[in-house]
This record gives sequence, structure tokens and C-alpha cells, in this order.
Amino acid sequence: MAENTPFFDEMRRASGVRMPYEDYSTWFDKQDVARLAQKSEEAERFFRRTGITFNVYGQEDAEERLIPFDLVPRILSNSEWTKLARGVEQRVRAINAFLHDIYNRQEILRAGVVPRSLIASNDAFLPQMMDFTPPGGVYTHIVGTDIVRTGENEFYVLEDNARTPSGVSYMLENRETMLQMFPELFSQIKVQRVSDYPKNLRASLEASAPPNCEGRPFVVVLTPGIHNSAYYEHSFLADQMGVELVEGHDLRILDGRIAVRTTRGYRTVDVIYRRVDDAFLDPLSFNPQSMLGVPGIMDIYRSGSITIANAPGTGVSDDKAIYSYMPEIVEFYTGEKAILKNVETHRCSEPDSLAYVLENLSELVVKEVHGSGGYGMLVGPAASKEEIETFRQKLKARPANYIAQPTLSLSTVPIFTEKGLAPRHVDLRPFALVSPGEINIVPGGLTRVALTEGSLVVNSSQGGGTKDTWVLES
Amino acid sequence: MLISVSHQTTYTYEAPVSYALQRIRLQPCNSALQTVRNWSIDVEGGTLETRYADHHGNQVGLICAEKGAQSLKISVGGEVETNDLSGILGKVYGRAPLWYFQQPTALTEAGPLLSDLADTVSGYANELEQFHALSTAILDKVPWVLNETHSETTAEEAVGQASGVCQDHANIFVAAARRLGKPARYVSGYLFMEGRINQDASHAWAEVHIGDLGWVGFDVSNGISPDERYVRLAIGRDAHDAAPVSGLRMGEGDESLIVSLQVQQ
Repeated sequence: MAENTPFFDEMRRASGVRMPYEDYSTWFDKQDVARLAQKSEEAERFFRRTGITFNVYGQEDAEERLIPFDLVPRILSNSEWTKLARGVEQRVRAINAFLHDIYNRQEILRAGVVPRSLIASNDAFLPQMMDFTPPGGVYTHIVGTDIVRTGENEFYVLEDNARTPSGVSYMLENRETMLQMFPELFSQIKVQRVSDYPKNLRASLEASAPPNCEGRPFVVVLTPGIHNSAYYEHSFLADQMGVELVEGHDLRILDGRIAVRTTRGYRTVDVIYRRVDDAFLDPLSFNPQSMLGVPGIMDIYRSGSITIANAPGTGVSDDKAIYSYMPEIVEFYTGEKAILKNVETHRCSEPDSLAYVLENLSELVVKEVHGSGGYGMLVGPAASKEEIETFRQKLKARPANYIAQPTLSLSTVPIFTEKGLAPRHVDLRPFALVSPGEINIVPGGLTRVALTEGSLVVNSSQGGGTKDTWVLES
Repeated sequence: MLISVSHQTTYTYEAPVSYALQRIRLQPCNSALQTVRNWSIDVEGGTLETRYADHHGNQVGLICAEKGAQSLKISVGGEVETNDLSGILGKVYGRAPLWYFQQPTALTEAGPLLSDLADTVSGYANELEQFHALSTAILDKVPWVLNETHSETTAEEAVGQASGVCQDHANIFVAAARRLGKPARYVSGYLFMEGRINQDASHAWAEVHIGDLGWVGFDVSNGISPDERYVRLAIGRDAHDAAPVSGLRMGEGDESLIVSLQVQQ
């Protein structure tokens, strides 16, 4: 299997099965493949029944599609996880400090650590956030850091996703499915729980309530509606947290606060977990055509009377040119070296870098600085000559719009196929919850897997699947 | 000079309103140029829901119309003591950095016409002279004509149609000043006019940041720098940012707006 490939397989090395997978491997070897195949079908039926689907952007038919689930878990040892979690926490802390600084004193620009142009030209920079501190000083209540692994101790952050990380519902559903399919497995192997996530999310949001909140903070989830590709997750999280799922037209301004329409009249809202993008959040402040937002919410926000999670304008730190400065950003605000590595990033805005990138397109991954979801990127080694030439023209036309990175040798974890286990590339998205007092990271996160042999693109929008992610108790 | 202002903005709704919001920037602030002696804001047909300082440091209020209201009347006024500093506000900075005021906005994006206009004054060594020349050039090119432009007219469009009001002049000035590499901003406010108490509308002018002086005002429409007859209300990168009243309404039917403004000594 993986022994002779240049990729790091997290389950099997030439020396044998890696320690975190030992118990699982022992169990797996005793299983009947036909029974597992049947279980795999059961899992798919389960997902269909629960309605967990995903709408793929950029496809003509745009039908709702299931994200494939693979029944082989991705397993991390407790010590591997502890280090990862420390790295994520450090990064999340730095990002919050960075956002506060960018929207207030801008010390990091004055110090020349991050060039001013990266903020001035950043589409996600919201002037309306200047000279303002959100309740509790929290900008990114939920962060989903994308991490890839290339070796035993080699972990890299690919993206920080401080804006609106999605996918946590898959993490929860994947575990639920595994527990139902293989209860005996969980009695043999002690895996850290993820089921507290909704409770922790709610507690974390409540802890970020504005100071004038009375009694237990009232939390709602604001969705753009059923046509949004992540609507399932919005309703799932609201349901799991035991809070209301609302749309913009359910909310209004009343007595200087945001209020939600209920069967018994209006009720004051303290915290909005919003899954509506910045541009659509407030037609009075941003896109005036928006029907998805709440007119005047920015006025209430700046008055300190509502918490918006995540804060508007956090997308500044998701910019891939900003990403390239993340080691400096971590050091600037925490005084420590970054625990997690950054991928070497060529900023095409710089002439030398652009020249290098144009020379080496067939070996690099090129991304739009504001892009996400795997759209608009070039994976050099997998691209045709025509695709590379098309991209070359785009790069020359707007160099500052792109960054390039080496193609990483992403680690593999086996998936279950009819022919047995087969290695596929994976990434990991741990979810961090930030409240004024603490940062709480759910053990594990969402493992995405590129189901096509050899593919390095794990995005669900590009045909990726998911796995249950285990962090062992010890 | 002690300037007394009384300013009413009245919206009348054709059909009873179901939900309407008005964001107001109608609270002058103290500065080297002015001291607010007294000022009040009264609302009929609605509620002042909240007040706060926006990202430009403006004092903003949000008004919600009463459900079923036929009209909404916003009355503000008071007395402001002003100083004649030849329009020089000076080196007074909020959190918004100077580079922010060098950035164009949708209303103040410089197209070819605006760039040409800015280029006509690019040769000056003295910045004060340069911006006075810019002010003159704008008024030559875009004479003051009422009702030819509207609140969404961009600076470039106003230059193109060669007519505009104070709002257009100020938008054009900030756009051109930024084109010349200078931080510039839009100012809304009131102007006391000798022998004329009743006015049709509030006024607008521009400020540019010049090396040693800091922020300096230019009133293109009147061809001067603001003096003691000017009361500053709000600033921003363009007319939208500093709009004294902007709003949104849900419901059927049209609305009509009547503004009554008295500025006197």
C-alpha cells in the first residue's frame, strides 16, 4: 500500500501500523469486508434520511448532493492532538488581536510588519468596524483552521477560515453515524467526545453577550434561508443548541435592541450567530438590495447592544496575502514563535515572486487571494497545458490577485473500497470556539478526504468526502 | 459667531408605514472650529432607538417610525459658536487613518473626466494654492445648477453633465484631491447666509489633508474656504457617509419629503 509512495500514510508505514491506528487495525482485520460494505451503504441511507446534503456552487444543475462519508476513521493520538490544539489556540488568539488592531490602532501597519496595502486593498476590510470593539472583544467566535500534514511531525495551516467556517455539522453527524454503525468499536477504543460541541457553542456565544443583556442571553442562528447551500447546517446547529433559527425578516429594531418575532410578540435578542455574509447583513450599511439581513443592525452593534458572531469584517484575516504574514502576525501579538507552520507562499504582487511562479506553474498551486472553497485555483501538477496557459494570462493580468504555494505532499489515510483499504489524501479542520474568557477546541474536527485516487483537492465542492476524526483518550 | 439652527425633516407617507428606519447624522461636534452651546433632537411619529459614534467619529442616531404612522418629523436645532480659522481644522485625527481618506468610493471613483480635471492643477508647488485652483476649476467646469443631479450621482457623472449642487462639488473635490494623492473627505453641515434665514437644504463642502496644516476645508460652491458662517455636522469619504439623513422603508405607497431649515445669527 502506502509504503512505497512519497506520501505520509497516517495508518501504515513501512515499519507497520502507526501507533494511533493499532487497535483500529486489529479490529478492522477481523471484519468481514462484505459486512463493512453493507455498513457503508447503511451510512449513506442514514445521511439521506437525516437530510444532510450539500449544494455545490458552480454546477449547472446544482442539485442537492450527499457528501460521501468514508467509514475508516482518521485517528490522532492524544499527544499529536495536544500539540495541534495548542497551535490552533495560539493562532486564533493572534487573529483576534490582529483584527482588533487592524480596526483600531493599526500598530502592526505602523510597525511595518504587514504592509498597509494589504489592508487598503482588502475587499473584506469593513470601514464600519473601525474605532469599535465588539462585546467581550471577540471577533472570531468560531474558527475552522484548515490543517494538512506532510510527515510525522509536520503540520501546516492552509487557511484560517475566520469568517464563517462551515462543516461542523458533518463532524457531529459523522461521529453519530460511527457510533450507530460500530458501537463495539467505541467500547474497545477510547475516543474523545465531540458531542459537547453544540452545548459549548451555545455557552461560548452566551459568554460573548453584550453587557446590557439581562438574564440568560438569548441566542439565535440567522440563516439566509433554505436556498443556501449550508442551510442544513444552520438548522442543525440551531436545533442542537436549542435556539431559534431565524431569517432577516424575523428580526427588527425595538427599544434600541434587536428583537425577534415570536408567537407571543417580540423578544430581545442578545447574540446572533449569523450565517449571512457581511455584504448582506445590513442594507442600511452595506448592499442596499439585500433582503437577507437586518436593517440598522450595524447601528445597534456599534451601540454595543447586540453580539454578531462572527464579527463583521473578520474576513480581512482570511485573505491569502495576509495569510502569508501569519507567522509574523502570531509573533507580533503573542511574542511567541508560531507553533503551526505556514505553507511557503509566493505573493504574485511582488515581481520576483511573480517571475518565479510563472516559471514554475506546473509545480505550484495558485490561489486567488480572496478565494475560498477551492474555486478559481490552479493545481499545477494536475492541470492540463491549456489550463496552465489560461491561468498564466490571468496571473499576468492581475498579479496581486494571486498567491502561489508549493504542492504539498498531503498525508493519506485509507478509505474503504470494494478492494479493501486504499490511501487517499486528507486535511483537517478543527473548530475553535472563542469567548471572552477562553478558547475551546473540540477534539478532532472535520477530516476531509479527496476520494479520487491521487487527487489533492479535498473540498466537498470539488468532490471530496469526509471521515470521522478520532482523538484518542490516551 | 453664534449661529442658531432650526432644521425639520418631515416624511409624509401615502399609506400608513409598516416599518421604516432613518439614520441621522444631525449632531454637530465640538472642534477648534466650533463649540456646540446647546442642541436637541426631537422625533414625532417615531422613536430615537439608539445613538452612537460611527467610524468617522460622527454622532449618529437611528430612528424607527411608529407602526402605522402617516408621517415622521425629525426636528433638530440649537446654537453653535463658530470661529473663523480660514477653514483650517488642523491636525485632528480619529481612528480612521489618513490612507483611508485616499481611497475612492463608488461615488468618488475618478474616471477620465475627473482625472483630466485634476490634472489641470497638478503643476502647483504650493498645496494651498493648488487646492484653491482646484476649487475654482471645478466650479468653472461644473456650475451650480439645481435639480440636475441627485443623491446617487457620482462625481464623474456630475463632471460629465457639467452641472451640480454642493453635494456634487464636494464629491468632485474629494475625488480629484485623492487623484492628486491627497487624503480628502466630504463634510456636511449648515451655512449661515447674510440676509437669508430660510434655506432649502443643508450644505456640503470638502476637506483635504495638507502637509503642515492638517485638514483644510474648501467650499467649491461658494469658492471659499469655510469661515465662521459654517457649522460642521458630519464627515465621511463621500456624500453617503456623511448624509444627514438616510433611511429605508417597508410598505406600500410613496413618501414625500419636506425640509425646513432656518440658519441665523
